[in-house]
Amino acid sequence: MSLSTEQVRRIATLARIELSAAEAEATRGKLNGIFGLIEQMQAVDTTGVEPMSHPQDVAQRLRPDVATEPDRRDAFQRIAPQTEAGLYLVPKVIE
Amino acid sequence: MINASLTELRAALDAGKISSVELATLFLDRIERLDPSLNAFITVDRDGALEAARAADARLAAGDAGPLTGIPLAHKDVFCTEGVLTTCGSKMLANFVSPYDAHVVSLLKAAGAVSLGKTNMDEFAMGSSNENSHFGPAKNPWDTTRIPGGSSGGSAAAVAARLVPIATGTDTGGSVRQPAALTGVTGIKPTYGVVSRYGMIAYASSLDQGGAFGASAADCAQLLTAMAGFDPRDSTSLERPAEDYSRELAAPAAGRPLAGLRIGLPKEFFGAGMADDVRAAVEAALDEYRALGATTVDVSLPNAQLAIPAYYVIAPAEASSNLSRFDGVRYGHRAAEYRDLAEMYSKSRAEGFGAEVKRRILVGTYVLSHGYYDAYYLQAQKLRRLIAQDFQAALAGCDIIAGPTSPTTAWAIGEKSDDPVQMYLSDIYTIAVNLAGLPGLSHPCGFGAGELPVGLQLVGDYFSEARLLNAAHRFQQASDWHLRRPAIAA
Repeated sequence: MSLSTEQVRRIATLARIELSAAEAEATRGKLNGIFGLIEQMQAVDTTGVEPMSHPQDVAQRLRPDVATEPDRRDAFQRIAPQTEAGLYLVPKVIE
Repeated sequence: MINASLTELRAALDAGKISSVELATLFLDRIERLDPSLNAFITVDRDGALEAARAADARLAAGDAGPLTGIPLAHKDVFCTEGVLTTCGSKMLANFVSPYDAHVVSLLKAAGAVSLGKTNMDEFAMGSSNENSHFGPAKNPWDTTRIPGGSSGGSAAAVAARLVPIATGTDTGGSVRQPAALTGVTGIKPTYGVVSRYGMIAYASSLDQGGAFGASAADCAQLLTAMAGFDPRDSTSLERPAEDYSRELAAPAAGRPLAGLRIGLPKEFFGAGMADDVRAAVEAALDEYRALGATTVDVSLPNAQLAIPAYYVIAPAEASSNLSRFDGVRYGHRAAEYRDLAEMYSKSRAEGFGAEVKRRILVGTYVLSHGYYDAYYLQAQKLRRLIAQDFQAALAGCDIIAGPTSPTTAWAIGEKSDDPVQMYLSDIYTIAVNLAGLPGLSHPCGFGAGELPVGLQLVGDYFSEARLLNAAHRFQQASDWHLRRPAIAA
């Protein structure tokens, strides 16, 4: 498998990371090296093997449906780039 | 005092031979003097440390001291610390003063331990050399032209240079054990789920696990005991009774304290990839284990070579999801100029993340994208099952598994930094342990060429931390590799 520069740019768009043309080309070489390593996986027949997502195979815990978190909005918004009246500000999305 | 064990520090504090403030000052002054040449710390919190030390002294005076009250330590900068800069080694979080404490941080605060600061690390814990830090690489105290390992390189270097007696770390693919090996200290990663991930900035959530660094297995056991325990705020935290990981260490030293212990040697960990000087030190250490009464048996982990490919699908996939939270909206870096929301995201992330973090996000985004999920993420999770089953089969014939922690000693800064694949291969012996979720430990076992430390890795079955620590402790009672110090710590 070998990624094209166009594919790299598409992945970067999906990942919301701006890449210049020069960066995309340099990144392509490195990513293809990494995928060369990863492709070794494909030679293994894993028919019938159950995927493993957690070492202990534990079930998700349930808890009573009660609020446990205190209101710390001011502390959390103090570190935000831009807030106003308790809201996070971002560029206008809807014209 | 600089080279004292935790037991000795405890005795000195309890006897009033030194106060916690004096002890903290001693180590803070060392950091001030020596860290400019090591870069092991991103943040030194002198004021916070002295305040915590005064509180510890008050507890000592009131007869309310626990095992770690008044003991200085440092946290890897992946752990959120309320009111203290928490960067995760990234420009993205270079301005992030956490509004809350990680569970591990609150436990150690409650125990009265005194945090001196936050240690250097590969950005978002992605790396094996500490060269991916936005704040410059930490240096190996044994040779400052070399890497200390990663990603918890700053914690390992700080303990090795005795800038602090103990330190926390995290281990996703070897990030406690490998830097411990390369800097000549002891480090343990417990069973996945033993240490809470709450407030530990996430990289690959199904693999990330907190761990402990110290000069000895005995020091690591004390720190791990204080860090571990069930936490309802981490959905993968295991509900188990608290353990005293030091419980087996008090038994008096006997001639053959490890009699009956069967050590499995996986043939895949003793193949061609291991450097000759590492092999010589590891073989000598195994002879010492036999002299202590252990027997060795050959075992096999037939799918071991698939661990790195599987890891470099699972970890980037989970990272691409975890790191989507860094969008320049709620915290962290926001680009100065942008035309619209999409550009604000993509510029903030392009500016805030370093090259390796971007690569892993891109790999993860690709393997999770439509049409590729089964071929990559699902296949990797199936291989993960095979690897975990290999360990169970091997552990049916032995009590613990031993081998090298790292195929080489510490390499020169810059030597592998332009070749991600070469860097990834340096974790060949540690990654499979994370995929299986097993506990692993590395302890110093000798020196290779150029007087660089070599580590021996011990791996056990789930929840066998106390057994691993006891085996390493008995080795350390009979040898002095863990007492060797780099010239900088003399």
